[in-house]
Amino acid sequence: MQAKLSVVALSVAAALAMAGCGQKEEPKPAAAPAAPAPVAKPEVVVKLGHVAPMTGPQAHLGKDNENGAVLAIEELNAKGLEIGGAKVKFELLAEDDQADPKQGAIVAQKLVDAKVNGVIGHLNSGTTIPASKLYFDAGIPQISGSATNPKYTQQGFKTAFRVMANDVQQGQILGEFAAKQGVKTVAIVDDRTAYGQGLADEFRKAAEAAGIKVVANEYTTDKATDFKAILTKIKSTKPDLVFFGGMDAQGGPMAKQMKELGVKAKFLGGDGVCTPEFMKLGGPAADGNFCSLPGQPLEKLAKGPEFRDKFTKKFGAEIQLYAPYVYDAVMVMADSMKRANSVDPTVYLAEVGKTNYDGVTATIAFDEFGDLKGGAISIYQFKEGKLEFVETLGGAAAEPAAAPVAPAEKK
Amino acid sequence: MKRWLNPRSALGITLITAALVALPFVVAMGGQAWVRIVNFAILYIFLALGLNIVVGFAGLLDLGYIAFYAVGAYTWALLASPHFGLHWPIWAILPIGAGLACVAGVLLGSPTLKLRGDYLAIVTLGFGEIVRIFMNNLNAPVNITNGPQGITLIDPVAFGAFKFSGNSQIFGFTISGPQKYYFLLVALAVIVVIINLRLQNSRIGRAWQAIREDEIAAKAVGINTRNIKLLAFAMGASFGGVAGGIFAAMQGFVSPESFSLIESVMILAMVVLGGMGHIPGVILGAVLLTFLPEVLRYGVGPLQMAVFGKMLVDPESLRMLVFGLALVLVMRFKPAGLWPSPERKRELTGGA
Amino acid sequence: MDIFLQQIINGLVQGSIYALVALGYTMVYGIMGLINFAHGEVVMIGTLVTITVAGSLIKVGMPVALAGLAGLTASVLVCMALGWGLERIAYRPLRNAPRLTPLITAIGMSIILQNVAMIVWGRNYLTFPHLLPKIDFEIAGANFTAIQLLIVLVSGMTMAGLAFLVYRTKLGMAMRATAQNPQVAGLMGVNSNRVISAAFVIGSALAALAGVMVGTYYEIAHYQMGFMLGLKAFTAAVLGGIGNLAGAMAGGILLGIIEALGAGYIGDLTGGFLGSHYQDIFAFVVLIVVLMFRPSGLFGEKTGDRA
Repeated sequence: MQAKLSVVALSVAAALAMAGCGQKEEPKPAAAPAAPAPVAKPEVVVKLGHVAPMTGPQAHLGKDNENGAVLAIEELNAKGLEIGGAKVKFELLAEDDQADPKQGAIVAQKLVDAKVNGVIGHLNSGTTIPASKLYFDAGIPQISGSATNPKYTQQGFKTAFRVMANDVQQGQILGEFAAKQGVKTVAIVDDRTAYGQGLADEFRKAAEAAGIKVVANEYTTDKATDFKAILTKIKSTKPDLVFFGGMDAQGGPMAKQMKELGVKAKFLGGDGVCTPEFMKLGGPAADGNFCSLPGQPLEKLAKGPEFRDKFTKKFGAEIQLYAPYVYDAVMVMADSMKRANSVDPTVYLAEVGKTNYDGVTATIAFDEFGDLKGGAISIYQFKEGKLEFVETLGGAAAEPAAAPVAPAEKK
Repeated sequence: MKRWLNPRSALGITLITAALVALPFVVAMGGQAWVRIVNFAILYIFLALGLNIVVGFAGLLDLGYIAFYAVGAYTWALLASPHFGLHWPIWAILPIGAGLACVAGVLLGSPTLKLRGDYLAIVTLGFGEIVRIFMNNLNAPVNITNGPQGITLIDPVAFGAFKFSGNSQIFGFTISGPQKYYFLLVALAVIVVIINLRLQNSRIGRAWQAIREDEIAAKAVGINTRNIKLLAFAMGASFGGVAGGIFAAMQGFVSPESFSLIESVMILAMVVLGGMGHIPGVILGAVLLTFLPEVLRYGVGPLQMAVFGKMLVDPESLRMLVFGLALVLVMRFKPAGLWPSPERKRELTGGA
Repeated sequence: MDIFLQQIINGLVQGSIYALVALGYTMVYGIMGLINFAHGEVVMIGTLVTITVAGSLIKVGMPVALAGLAGLTASVLVCMALGWGLERIAYRPLRNAPRLTPLITAIGMSIILQNVAMIVWGRNYLTFPHLLPKIDFEIAGANFTAIQLLIVLVSGMTMAGLAFLVYRTKLGMAMRATAQNPQVAGLMGVNSNRVISAAFVIGSALAALAGVMVGTYYEIAHYQMGFMLGLKAFTAAVLGGIGNLAGAMAGGILLGIIEALGAGYIGDLTGGFLGSHYQDIFAFVVLIVVLMFRPSGLFGEKTGDRA
């Protein structure tokens, strides 16, 4: 009996002490149920929403994202975090937005109704952008691990963050890379989707800034299979490089048709073509071409291989794409709650912006927009049916001091 | 007008009104998300009734109806967002959107007047694609539509200082954003229903019907088929424009991918499935096709889990499969739609 | 000049593919005035069946040519059965329904076929086995391959074969009679049900052929590949005058060449304002302009009243 009492006393004391550390006196609804509790440790359930397409053509990526979040939450719960004097239990509310903007808003409304403490996602920029307005109106912090469209964080919503380099950063670095390779003239093709066009535009700016001449701007769609007409035109301008802003399903056949038409230029693309699918569809024509992925290869990261092991052991599946980023997004949110010593969105939101967290994918800190500071981009080359790491460009992984002084962590 | 005053229909109207007023509050018990779903259902009713004028009344097969919706949505997005720094009020934008859509309708209508049936179908389909492709590409050389990136931060509907987004207090009640939009949409839908009803029995309505049944005969009895057909296109298009404007305001974000061909097909399916030219039927079609996918989404997945213990078929593909089957089966067994107008039913059952 | 020639070749090959698919549309439309919106989906099924059959036969060690032939045969058979089934189950009961009804049914069938294909073959893009050796030719600086040559030849021959069938055989005569007036044809002893079934079966066999050609050419396939192809082919059929075999052929090739030249030259002609991002529009604009002046297409006869 005595032991129990002392535990209660301790935790109350701890609560008081920690509350003192917080900037302001908050009513803290989270801590409220602790008062009458006869139990040793009050428990608070923290609901995190997670949104990704779980059905439709991108379901495999959605599942991958969700697995990343599930892994993070299990670890957090196993650790037994204490926030605001209460033991915190994280709970995941997974929703499916079908990659459809209309559905994205409906699902976001659902999470707002459920009064979640934070949202991880969505996967696609197209659904993340309209949903971010709802979260902003409700004051709920949102961290996406995969929405790379720059617009998402440029709307002036204080609640919107992402833990991945955006298309602007990626396009710029691809432009720099092209210049480094000694490319003098480039033809740019994009697929007229938000992703492809955004990436191609940024690449164009960076390439022109680096003194590369853009000799052709051509366009296709995300459903096309025949690129001969535009490639023939590109051939007549004799570029050193063809840059493609788009996905693997078009990029692969495009590389193949380039070869058939005798276009001598190399092919460069963003993360959309940096997949095994590209090699499958491009066949031998894929060889020797370049592409980029945000972040660094897991193998090069301190915690990368360990994360891969954990992940494959738990789910019996390989990491598809964004799972490590989603994992980090959950961790950043939990870390912010810990630093704010509150799970109340209005309180810990301020701390999310001040994050300086050593994650799996990078040392995560946000700029004034909520974008990842100095996001690194890695370049890969296709060689004999394999993606070979070439180099990592950009990124401030080595200079964590850049972040404003974050409040010291309490153990 | 007499009919409106008889006690039975008065009671009916009162009951329907009461139900419509109570609906968003009842549905909200399941969460505001359901209010949003209801709102989309009403928006689709609105669109289906607009298309009904073209397809149902005048018998002109239009596979590019979504283009007018897109015109309305982009009009709102451009005139009430930071994109051009314009923030015009609703009473200015909605008429402009309807007007532009109307012009688009006439533009589509005038070269296609001579075409019939299937030729018209492919041309309207092409027109819908043309509008979408232009919206997708008009970001260069002059940035008008912002291309595939779409337009964000669109203003919500507002009357003076009264905004439709977020909660507000009315007579001591808290009323949420989606609930406010609900009432706006219902009001607009009621207006459209009344216009549709009045049109149906008007001179114009009968002229449309005549054209639908036999264009040559219609011409012979002195109907100016050219103008009357254009009028159908123009009116249908204006409704699409208004619906588009509300959609943009409600979503706060528009991008060309919301206006794809499949949306046109969906709206046409609502009209035909419900019962072409019959207003209650069209409303039924719109409501069914909006809710069916939602029901399937929450029903099919869990059901599979319960019966087989795992997901055998991705609910999304099953949902589309059931949707396709519904179209085929309804057409097979009820070729005039689920709730056809009485005259049409008679025509179909009473021999050739 | 070599670039111009290359664009013409690109357009000719693409156009031949459109034409091959358009022939199927036109065949069915000419006889019963029905747009079989699901035709593009039959092409897709044809490609996917070939991948499965030829792919697995190659895997067990059958020579490529033989496996390819087996794949082609299998896909033609499957598609013929599919076409027959489509007509029997979906369209025949609607023969006297209002004219929008079969259109909605066709759209419904198209959705069903796509989703069934997705459940069977999955969502990913599939690679088509290499059935033909890659032989390159070069004329005046323009490249083309044996496959491209084959596509143009096959579609030309198919059209000629169909024309022979329609104008020189007894079945063809029955088809033309049914097209003009099914009732009267019936009185003259033509079994119009059988004739219409035959039209569907032949159209679907053509779709399978087109599917194999498309697969061999691009070497990829996907459950959604049929939709856009079907739409373009339908545009081609209308452009040429739907219901007319030569029209479908001409419409297809015209459409292919317009697209290639449009993507290749319009951008330069308009100072970059209308570039290849408007490639899909050129076809529709040409279609609208043609229909404004010739409401039943380039080669269309008076078919308007059937609508």
